[in-house]
Amino acid sequence: MEKGSYRLKTGLAEMLKGGVIMDVTNAEQAKIAEDAGAVSVMALERVPADIRAAGGVARMADPAIIEEIMGAVSIPVMAKVRIGHFVEAQILEAIGVDFIDESEVLTPADEEHHIDKHKFSVPFVCGCRNLGEALRRIGEGAAMIRTKGEAGTGNVVEAVRHMRAVMGEIRRITSLSDEEIMKVAKELQAPYELVKKVKELGRLPVVNFAAGGIATPADAALMMQLGADGVFVGSGIFKSENPPLYAKAIVEAVAHYDDPDVLARVSRRLGQPMKGLDVKVLSQEELLQVRGW
Amino acid sequence: MRIGVLAFQGDVREHIQAIEKAGGKAMPVKRAVEISKLDGLIIPGGESTTIARFIKEEGLTEPIRAQVSSGMPIYGTCAGLIILARRVENNAVFSLKILDVEVKRNAYGRQRESFEDEIEVEGFETPYRGVFIRAPLISKVGPQVKVLARYQGKPVLVLEKNVLASTFHPELTSDDRIHRLFLSLIDGSKKS
Repeated sequence: MEKGSYRLKTGLAEMLKGGVIMDVTNAEQAKIAEDAGAVSVMALERVPADIRAAGGVARMADPAIIEEIMGAVSIPVMAKVRIGHFVEAQILEAIGVDFIDESEVLTPADEEHHIDKHKFSVPFVCGCRNLGEALRRIGEGAAMIRTKGEAGTGNVVEAVRHMRAVMGEIRRITSLSDEEIMKVAKELQAPYELVKKVKELGRLPVVNFAAGGIATPADAALMMQLGADGVFVGSGIFKSENPPLYAKAIVEAVAHYDDPDVLARVSRRLGQPMKGLDVKVLSQEELLQVRGW
Repeated sequence: MRIGVLAFQGDVREHIQAIEKAGGKAMPVKRAVEISKLDGLIIPGGESTTIARFIKEEGLTEPIRAQVSSGMPIYGTCAGLIILARRVENNAVFSLKILDVEVKRNAYGRQRESFEDEIEVEGFETPYRGVFIRAPLISKVGPQVKVLARYQGKPVLVLEKNVLASTFHPELTSDDRIHRLFLSLIDGSKKS
């Protein structure tokens, strides 16, 4: 019997496709997410909008909070660790979390190195802003990628920028001749073998979700039409006026992302979405997406 | 031959590719009108709570049941198996009740207990690599259910007339023998 293989890690990510992963901070929210049809929940102490407001150093959540959420739902539970903080990851693996997000939403623990994710039997998801960053994380063992967007803003503009960057670069690579691959690998600062794989497959070799600023069903469907395999919704659900309604509407919007009639139906009378932030008012130091490389 | 893969959520692409590798052609389906025209349907792996919710809310329960009772072969993997089952432990998930088995969700534990191993499948000359991800367990099978493979004594691949189901994911391997078995069920159903 073999456990912790790369196929088992990427396989779990494949099972999440077409789904919505929701940030939750307690058992009650986790139940709301599960009942609405979420494929997984991200267990946190605070949603990104509150992390942004609170300032200070943001760290891995208290394991007791994560365990409470694990006990409340039957769907997979994810949790975040700081970039490079492999001991936080060891702790999450020990308590049995199903997926670890090495996340820029928390304050980085290492500004030069990400976690060597091959060493773990639990799968990792990592953020990216472009194809090079995605392939570096996959090279380190990430079993799933999400575009970063700008978490906690309720503003989809950065998520769109990052998804367009990744998908555009993939389209460019599929048209390359074999001898051009090394040149592109050099430009992207990405492993040669993975660039080659992208050319063969015409997509990333692992599942790619969208994240960071998705606040409405239309935002979620937009990311799907741009090529996402699914979406993470952080503050968008539990910072809205009616979380159960928003949660359900976003789940439906992702499953029917290419059907405007369904999108119109699920967008009606949802109440106020989370209040958004104009990303342009944020200073460079306040941007989460620039954490990690 | 029109084969559909139920496409609300889960590893739809992998099943479509596996069917193609096995020599067939499959397409994603979501609506009742599409299902009524199919010769075969696959319910993929994914999150059973999510997929079951869509089947119920989109009114696909009766169209799928009607097709299966008129002889259309159906195949469920992992979450798909749970959705086919007659009974799900603790009634945790809505199910179609077209396969006479009882199942327990996430029976092996969390993701860290997910595993791969060789399994013996009836009629296959060499072992099959079973990929079990947060897999369910078949705890009881009805008298009409044929067990085609067991792992640690428990059924992992079962067939009841035109209903095929596995607790593991053949679509995540390059071994297309189980998808070929499903195609042969469809061939058989069209001849009869």
